[in-house]
Amino acid sequence: MALIAFILIGAVVVLSAMLVIVARNPVHSVLWLILAFFSSAGLMVLIGAEFLAMLLIVVYVGAVAVLFLFVVMMLDVDFVELKQGSLGYWPFALLIGVILVAELALVGAASGSLTFDTFDPSPGAETNTEAIGAVMYTQYLLLFQLAGVILLVAMIGAIVLTLRHRPNVKRQSVSAQTGRRRADATELKDPAPGQGI
Amino acid sequence: MSNAIESLGSLWGPLLVLGQIGLFTLVLLLSIAFLLLLDRKIWAGVMMRKGPNVVGPFGLLQSFADFGKFLLKEIVIPAGANKFVFIFAPILTCTLAFAAWAAIPVAPGIEGGTSWVISDLNVGVLYLFAISSLGVYGIIMGGWASNSKYPFLGALRSAAQMVSYEVSIGFVIITVILMVGSMNLSDIVNNQAGGLQNWHAFSFQNFPLIVVMFPMFVIFFISALAETNRPPFDLPEAESELVAGYQVEYGSTPYLLFMLGEYLNIVLMCAMMTILFLGGWHGPVAIGANAAGSMPPLLLSLAGLFWFMLKILFLFFLFAMVKAIVPRYRYDQLMRLGWKIFLPTSLAAVLVVAGYVTYFGVQS
Repeated sequence: MALIAFILIGAVVVLSAMLVIVARNPVHSVLWLILAFFSSAGLMVLIGAEFLAMLLIVVYVGAVAVLFLFVVMMLDVDFVELKQGSLGYWPFALLIGVILVAELALVGAASGSLTFDTFDPSPGAETNTEAIGAVMYTQYLLLFQLAGVILLVAMIGAIVLTLRHRPNVKRQSVSAQTGRRRADATELKDPAPGQGI
Repeated sequence: MSNAIESLGSLWGPLLVLGQIGLFTLVLLLSIAFLLLLDRKIWAGVMMRKGPNVVGPFGLLQSFADFGKFLLKEIVIPAGANKFVFIFAPILTCTLAFAAWAAIPVAPGIEGGTSWVISDLNVGVLYLFAISSLGVYGIIMGGWASNSKYPFLGALRSAAQMVSYEVSIGFVIITVILMVGSMNLSDIVNNQAGGLQNWHAFSFQNFPLIVVMFPMFVIFFISALAETNRPPFDLPEAESELVAGYQVEYGSTPYLLFMLGEYLNIVLMCAMMTILFLGGWHGPVAIGANAAGSMPPLLLSLAGLFWFMLKILFLFFLFAMVKAIVPRYRYDQLMRLGWKIFLPTSLAAVLVVAGYVTYFGVQS
């Protein structure tokens, strides 16, 4: 049962990953990418790493890919023009592909066979979540916090890049707005008939 | 329930799960039909109208008439639309809305320590969070595939809105996980056993935490409104500006699926709030262990189911009232509320609860 599920989900991952590159429409590419992410999460569930699977969906599918889709939908790119220059990159693509296949073959040969029968998704703990937490907050605490600092720097960088103070923009001060009372905002006039204010 | 499945043998297991899924689907569809009517009736009541009252007694069959109408209408696909994505978007919305219910425990099981749920996941909360965060795709895909300006604007709005409010929902969920120490939804519900005072929204046992947890419940409720595109945060379909937002080009069955997905998500959010904050299937008054022991387990299960549904109904009533009485937010106000108020507040709450749990421990 698990093997059938693995073959099915694995096939979907490989197919959708290929379609990411092959699809002509960039929005379709992103949609295939999302399917690839989602199916990879399925593979993680199969080996018992359910916490990682859910995080993959929440972070990559739920947030990162949404931003991809957002940006790609907004872009106005002429893809016929873009495709014309792409033939020149074939030698590089071929080189990278050959290196990847060679590396995979080396790893495969070195480890004998790629079986995961002895794989323990939650070593020394009851659940996958506890196992990850126990390692992340003890053994790799420094690296974990460093990753946090790097993300913080990236966040501050993004804010600095986009923060502009344009002088002619009307901004609403919410405290001033909610602090307004009737007396500040309205004035009662009693004009006589036939006269303006 | 899972033990029962295993004892039935490998052949009956999948069949039993299929049966459970069928039962859940049937009950959900029927409840949605009447909840939709309830929503319209409450809305009408606030406006001093009568609401739907022609089809069946008190208009009880209105939703079924609407269902028939949607099914029999012609599906119109705009000429410039991306056909596959256009049809796929509502199907995705509806499927995801149903899929999330697989992890919702609705009542205590007949055997001790179990619960009525299709799949009792260890990471149940994360699963719900993940599935509800996927809901945005149906809207973006629908809006983009329509190849029209209003739907596209609606899709962009919803992308920004749903991602923003997910952040604060995530932090609120973390406060609950910290109090329970588990991400299993049945564990979260059982942590709130013993009456009203133990519900996470009140948590009298850990008295200082009520200052944090009740506001967190309110933040979750408001974020749930934004997450399900309900008024006052229904900017993706704001009819006064965008006609109907991402749904403009939809009609017939695809529209029905969008509508169904939307209401399923609302009920799902109500169920999540019930489980995380309002004690799930536990009643507001604790039954003594002796009294509970003398009762047949099936009766206890049904009582649990009753409380669970009553709480969902109450929260749905609140959703409907908010729709009726609160005017729509402006988009910049929506973003300000999400990022500048809810995010810092919920982040601070995570710190406070984590500190409390570390230094005092949780009594439950």
